[in-house]
Amino acid sequence: MTVTEEPTATDGIGSRLLRREDAKLLTGEAKYVDDIQVPGQLWMGMVRSMMAHARVVSINASGALEMPGVHSVITGADIQEWGLFVGALPCAWPVTEDMANPPHWPITPDVARHVGDIVAVVLADSRYGAVDAVEQVVVEYEPLPAVANLDQAVADEVHAHPDLGTNKAFTWAIDADPDGVQAAFDAAAHTVSARFVQQRLIPAAMEPRGVLAVPSPYGGDITLHSATQVPHILKVMVAATTGIPEQKIRVIAPAVGGGFGAKLNINADEMLAVALANRLGRPVRWTETRSEAAGSTHQGRGQIQHVELAADENGKLTAIRVKIDADLGAYMMLITPGTPLLGSFLYHGVYESPKFSFTCDGWFTNCTPTDAYRGAGRPEASYLIERTVELVADELGLDPLEVRRRNFIPADAFPYATHSEIAVYDSGNYPAALDELCRIMDVDALRAEQAANRDDPTKPLLGIGFSCWLEIASFGPPGSLEGFGHLGSWESGQVRIQPDGSAIVYTGASPHGQGTVTTLAQIAADELGIGFDRISVRHGDTATVVQGIGTMGSRATAVAGESVKQAAARVVERAKVIAAHILEAAADDIEVGDDAFSVRGTPTRQVGWAEVATKSFQNLELPEGVEPGSLEATVHNAPPNFSFPSGAYGCVVEIDRLTADIRVREMYLVDDCGNVINPLLAEGQVHGGVAQGVAQALYEKMEYNADGQPLTATLIDYLVPSAPDLPEYVSGRTVTPTPNNSLGAKGIGESGSVGAPPAVVNAAVDALSHLGVRHIDMPVTPRKIFSILYGNGGDAGDTAGDEQGGRP
Amino acid sequence: MELTTTVNGETRRADVEPRTLLVHFLRDHLGLTGTNVGCDTSSCGACTVLIDGRSAKSCTVLAVQAEGAEITTIEGLAGPDGLHPMQEAFHQCHALQCGYCTPGMVMAAVSLVEEYPGADEHQVREGLEGNLCRCTGYTNIVKAVLSVTGERA
Repeated sequence: MTVTEEPTATDGIGSRLLRREDAKLLTGEAKYVDDIQVPGQLWMGMVRSMMAHARVVSINASGALEMPGVHSVITGADIQEWGLFVGALPCAWPVTEDMANPPHWPITPDVARHVGDIVAVVLADSRYGAVDAVEQVVVEYEPLPAVANLDQAVADEVHAHPDLGTNKAFTWAIDADPDGVQAAFDAAAHTVSARFVQQRLIPAAMEPRGVLAVPSPYGGDITLHSATQVPHILKVMVAATTGIPEQKIRVIAPAVGGGFGAKLNINADEMLAVALANRLGRPVRWTETRSEAAGSTHQGRGQIQHVELAADENGKLTAIRVKIDADLGAYMMLITPGTPLLGSFLYHGVYESPKFSFTCDGWFTNCTPTDAYRGAGRPEASYLIERTVELVADELGLDPLEVRRRNFIPADAFPYATHSEIAVYDSGNYPAALDELCRIMDVDALRAEQAANRDDPTKPLLGIGFSCWLEIASFGPPGSLEGFGHLGSWESGQVRIQPDGSAIVYTGASPHGQGTVTTLAQIAADELGIGFDRISVRHGDTATVVQGIGTMGSRATAVAGESVKQAAARVVERAKVIAAHILEAAADDIEVGDDAFSVRGTPTRQVGWAEVATKSFQNLELPEGVEPGSLEATVHNAPPNFSFPSGAYGCVVEIDRLTADIRVREMYLVDDCGNVINPLLAEGQVHGGVAQGVAQALYEKMEYNADGQPLTATLIDYLVPSAPDLPEYVSGRTVTPTPNNSLGAKGIGESGSVGAPPAVVNAAVDALSHLGVRHIDMPVTPRKIFSILYGNGGDAGDTAGDEQGGRP
Repeated sequence: MELTTTVNGETRRADVEPRTLLVHFLRDHLGLTGTNVGCDTSSCGACTVLIDGRSAKSCTVLAVQAEGAEITTIEGLAGPDGLHPMQEAFHQCHALQCGYCTPGMVMAAVSLVEEYPGADEHQVREGLEGNLCRCTGYTNIVKAVLSVTGERA
């Protein structure tokens, strides 16, 4: 049984508190968007293109309109004619001035550009009725040549957007010193180059997306319930897209069943629900089906990475040149062009900055748009460098851990200025993390077992792999999120003391499983001196939370938590003035704790939080100059910089010699996220992130065929791992607090998905290295391994024998 | 088509389209929204309920197939004395994050422990293969279930 603690009066930072969120989730009481039913609601069904690229010639809705209960069928032409939208779906981050950004309307008016692109919507009075009606809408398509994958996009002969004349949407580079980079390559003792694939992934949160828009036709306000990570951003974008004034819009994120970035977007269905509800004066709702999701929700990753790395005779990295081709999909969604760039500052990882050059070309394809998915650019970066140092070690005949140690940024070098002023690594101790990993993982014993197994044909092949990874969290410092198209770079925290001395905290963070309510209550309890159980935390409703940015980029604890802490501190300062008045002491001599204020040195002179709180509303009780209602504070905290969590992971895989099945047998996880507010929750975040990282390494890949047809749109074909597919985890920790906030906390939500894939792939390659294998692209499937063991073998980037031809 | 079935101890009568899935009958007709829909291929298990005490994916059962049966949903698990031991174990072990898979996972776990009271880690993992979770990585779920089997064995 796990060691846990029941909350006590002042439980706070560092406690393994059980979650307050659990009770309503465990009992089914929590309301996700599909659980919220409203009288008179219309069910929206989407008529989606079954072709990757086609002109919509005609839409015949007569069959659908004849069905009882069908209200209407709306086409792309209709929404243009009605002027239903004043703006197209937004791309908030134009990464270059000349970036191509073709219009992306909620219903395409003319051409479908990916399977799943909406060509019409039906409105019906029942869930099943909408499905029936969609099936009766007859669409005539004129097929157009489709760009089905990234290789085809880069070849640039067939165009996803023919009127652009090219598939290339932008070129973005960090290339301040090309001559220095080239000189380093020219002088290098060793050069290594490789091509890696970052396959497309489906985020696949367990709750499909959904929306419910409830208008108030005579009251004028409209409420949008959406399974979103960003209710306030959604509110701003609803106004910008539909033209409904911001003050009339309320967005509510109810209980949300996971996000992982997939619910961080501005989607056609959300805009359609609001605009149609507003126009018709009736509630409009839609719930995604799982099969629909491959075409209705953005996907993750989708890159081909080219790396060249120069090293000296001792294995010290002297230069790195990275070229990324990024698969954007058919349209720019909210941060589509930016996600491949988010890791660009990390491409030399935890190693001392070699000369550096990074270029990314973004390419349109006739596939579902890509955008943020857990890690959003940083898993790609850490994978590239952690695979490449293995190739360097191989080239030099050195132990890969030794190569890492020779290159680590030393522990006394922080804050570490890299080649980019945006990436100043706040703190870290990479050698210590690796030491800790080697302490909890008996590498020598595993190597002995590996050698013994190699010689014994009845035993599985063992592989041991490592990653010393780096991540960017705590999004983001001033200027950063504005650059991503967000309102600003901060998070809001508001603390309101209630007359009975309890507190309500409001946060702009929008959790969907992270345990943020428990975490913020811990932080507030610690700062306010009010018991954990007397603090409520509210989020997700734009009517009650002042403003917010939302939950993404591993920022809830680091940025939202800091806001709450600062707001609580301000409230305490004001409360001390009132307490001092009551106790007839100086405010500077007042201390707070255990639900009471006391005079330093004479603890018997006390007044409870309840009395102070009540009196804070009573004019005649207050000292001169203090207004009633002063025990409230709102902070929009901005972190001074990103934070850089890091860690060392070790992975042990077993490969069955007969079936070529590959399993992760053991996973060792040393994380450094700075100070930890709740270790129970921090571990849980790593467990989940590592699961998705292992899944990228071994199981998951979004496949399109040569016609741009999705082949892995259901959970039968798309291999989200289940319990027997994943191992137990052994967790460890090092702590290098960040100076970026007073909590010393960096954030941890995405770390697992950043650190795990290279550790697993390094292990798989290690298992087969005695056969000359140096690289296998993700996912490392049994079919690829079988081909290596029994077929024509494999080498860097080899996809021989991979099902469907292996396209990213 | 008329349907009489017992749900969480209460007899319910309804007239439903024959094609109505049990999960939609529970959610939309009876308002028992604890049971969730996570896929459309019987893959994810979020819809798991007990039918006559045995776990079943309610998305793959027609409501009319439940004629005369006793159905237990997540709403029927906690009692007047509080949470069911499996719910409490999930809470203690931090075996849930977003909670969307949780009702189905808990119901499947309850059924698993009923059938295999002495299940070990391997058997628990295999037994929960039909219930997907995207948040927890399963480690804490397995811990929670083992804490209950440990008490039963």
